[in-house]
Amino acid sequence: MTAPSVTPTGRSGAFVRLRPRGPVGVVYLALVGVYLVGWLAVAARGGDFVTVGNTVTILQNSVALGLVAVGQTYVILAGSLDLSVAYLVSLTSLVTAQTMQTAGVVPGVLAALAVAAVVGLANGLVVTRLGVNAFIATLGMALILRGYLEHNYTGPAGAVPTSFQHLGYDRLGPVPVSVFLLAATVAVTWFVLRRTRLGHHIYAVGGDEEVARLSGVPTTRTRVTAHVLCALCAGLAGVFLASRLGAGAPWAGTEAQYDLVSIAAVVLGGTLLAGGRGGVAGTVGGVLILATLDTVFDQLAVDPFFKNVVRGVVIVVAVALYARRGVDVRRRGMRGGS
Amino acid sequence: MNQRGTPLLTVRGMSRSFVGIRVLTEVDLDLAPGEVHAVVGENGAGKSTLMKVIAGVHQPDSGRLEIDGVPHRFPDPASARRAGIGIIHQELTLLPDRTVAENVFLGREPVGRGPRRLLVDRAAMVERTRALLAEVGAVSFDPGTLVRRLSVAQQQVVEIVKALAGDARILVMDEPTAPLAEHEVDLLYDLVRRLTARGIAILYISHRMREIFDLSDRVTVLKDGRVTGTLATRDTDRDELVRLMVGRELRDYHPPLAAPGDLGEVRLAVRGAGNDRLRDITVEVRAGEVVGVAGLQGSGRTSFARALFGADPLTTGEMWLDGRPVRPNSPRAAIRAGIALVTEDRKGQGLVLRQPVLDNALLVLRAAFAGRRRAEVEPVEVGELLTRLDVRAGASDREVRFLSGGNQQKVVLAKWLAARPRLLVLDEPTRGVDVGAKAAIHEFVRDLARQGLSVVMVSSELPELIGMSDRVLVFRDGTISGELPARPSEERIMRLSTGAEVAV
Repeated sequence: MTAPSVTPTGRSGAFVRLRPRGPVGVVYLALVGVYLVGWLAVAARGGDFVTVGNTVTILQNSVALGLVAVGQTYVILAGSLDLSVAYLVSLTSLVTAQTMQTAGVVPGVLAALAVAAVVGLANGLVVTRLGVNAFIATLGMALILRGYLEHNYTGPAGAVPTSFQHLGYDRLGPVPVSVFLLAATVAVTWFVLRRTRLGHHIYAVGGDEEVARLSGVPTTRTRVTAHVLCALCAGLAGVFLASRLGAGAPWAGTEAQYDLVSIAAVVLGGTLLAGGRGGVAGTVGGVLILATLDTVFDQLAVDPFFKNVVRGVVIVVAVALYARRGVDVRRRGMRGGS
Repeated sequence: MNQRGTPLLTVRGMSRSFVGIRVLTEVDLDLAPGEVHAVVGENGAGKSTLMKVIAGVHQPDSGRLEIDGVPHRFPDPASARRAGIGIIHQELTLLPDRTVAENVFLGREPVGRGPRRLLVDRAAMVERTRALLAEVGAVSFDPGTLVRRLSVAQQQVVEIVKALAGDARILVMDEPTAPLAEHEVDLLYDLVRRLTARGIAILYISHRMREIFDLSDRVTVLKDGRVTGTLATRDTDRDELVRLMVGRELRDYHPPLAAPGDLGEVRLAVRGAGNDRLRDITVEVRAGEVVGVAGLQGSGRTSFARALFGADPLTTGEMWLDGRPVRPNSPRAAIRAGIALVTEDRKGQGLVLRQPVLDNALLVLRAAFAGRRRAEVEPVEVGELLTRLDVRAGASDREVRFLSGGNQQKVVLAKWLAARPRLLVLDEPTRGVDVGAKAAIHEFVRDLARQGLSVVMVSSELPELIGMSDRVLVFRDGTISGELPARPSEERIMRLSTGAEVAV
């Protein structure tokens, strides 16, 4: 999503120009790298990695995390973050399934999104109006939701009609329907971030809240809106998982640790954790990297503990590489040093 | 136009307090179209607060503000901007990761018509930015350039264009030259003149006397939040302004230089040294000597300071301190060798802003000299040091960020002196510091030199260099282009800096 940046000085030589511009290029290079390594690893064991079926699996595995991570992108860009998304996914999956059981598909989806919006609004207001650090504010929300879920549910509840399970399992040609849901969410997000005032303001608030305020940006409204959008995306993930599972589940969002993993995906996508730089295209790359890794591990039947070790290493190494690039850019630009 | 008829801006009886402390008291001010009106005063005199009240950042407790004779009230910066007031803040307020155009139109991005109302009209944004840049004569960069890739001077231009994009008729400039190098100041002058020719009125805050006399039509002096005089610039002089500012005359700006007998042994010797930004540096500094370092931005003067301090270490050549070879390759090593560096970026590199005065003053001591080493250094009583420096902090447990620039700089000095350095490197020691604190810092530095400290002082302010230095080194293109004895002329320094004169 980062447009190729203009080089004002003519200092970049041919070598430099070969390097991808902006972090997004690096993210997709990393994705290709992970894919190739996975291919080789699977091929070495005599498996077949590059198949339509396998690619579809990677996409299918990306949907739920993708939705949550796209939402997380809004808040991280705005200089905030949301640790309550995992429990919110669980909660909305239950709301979806239970409402659909009694009232039908459309009310189910609307109810889930409404609950999500309220939670996001609460997060946003606590962060902005009460001045609570986003980490603490959303951690608090996570605990509140967890308490509610653990008190009221011990296992799956509600049921979605078979017609609604099409979302989770149907395909258009080879492509799962749910991938279109993710694609649409990504497209809308890209559009909001790149082309609307709200998007410009999100980058500004995350880049430097005081600068944004002094420039006349409605900083409070912008941050609250980012939190609501984030929660809505988590709500969509809940709706999708309800369709996939056929019911709501109190572990729908927490089992896969969507809270921390979504943050990791965003950062893996080259977005600055401190906010103000990055975008949704990178996040998609980050999600695909994680999904590709998972698929490789599944095919190799790797020990789940080892799986986490590799994921951890990939995330840390990738971010360390971006940090180096960030340092380079900063040295060249801001502090020329006299 | 109505040059002295209806003022464009009128401020009457403006007062403002912060937590019970009166910062502005009954301030009156008016501004004619096309006028450059300077506002001067010591740090803490209320200049910045006055500007912020005018620009809607703060709200006055009482008083009124009129534009074209119509009373206005600004609950926020956006409403002041709609009324035609733009402000250039003391710190640059740009987003480094966004483009020039995105910064210029931040908070008022143009949108399309009809259904495209939801969209930011990027083409219009870029075009209008391009037009504005051309209007102010800035053609060296493009609206699509990321701000982080611009020089500080170019960023300043973006700031001004950002203010103009809101159709500002009144431009408030708070220390606009503070981040600029000497030769960039001329570009700013030029820009200011272009703006006033278009009838834009400018409220200009600066500590630098020369700018006030170069640029302004009138001067308003603030002292302790009150106006002590508004004068036509051509009818006044430096002494009168300083008198109105501090209530006393500062006859001699600078303490006397070192007498030949005051200088001791060679303290610092550098021979044929360099790194990726410096080459072939050969220097000697004696005990008790203040050596000034001049040069344009990018000439290597700051790199030299950082190299001595091990922040960007020297990679070639030799360096001795008191006859012993040293090669600091980190600030920690330099500090332990007895070298201190007061950086040019006080807030970013000099102070932990959210910590109290005392912790800041103890920072170096605690960091670099643990345990036994610390005892060896015999820490001077830091509290006493702060008193000697006359830091007016209210209380030593006050967070440093609440202090004025001058007091902050004194805390930075205290932090270094607590470690008892043998060589003190100063980079822009009085940037953004008011006249009173500046004189105090100069006096203090000279006093330390008299006690045998060696001082290397980088400064882009020529009067300061000339007034303070026993010798001046001029840097150009990463090396020393010439060395001048005490009291050189500004012309000599500039000629050596720009390469108009080449030393033999």
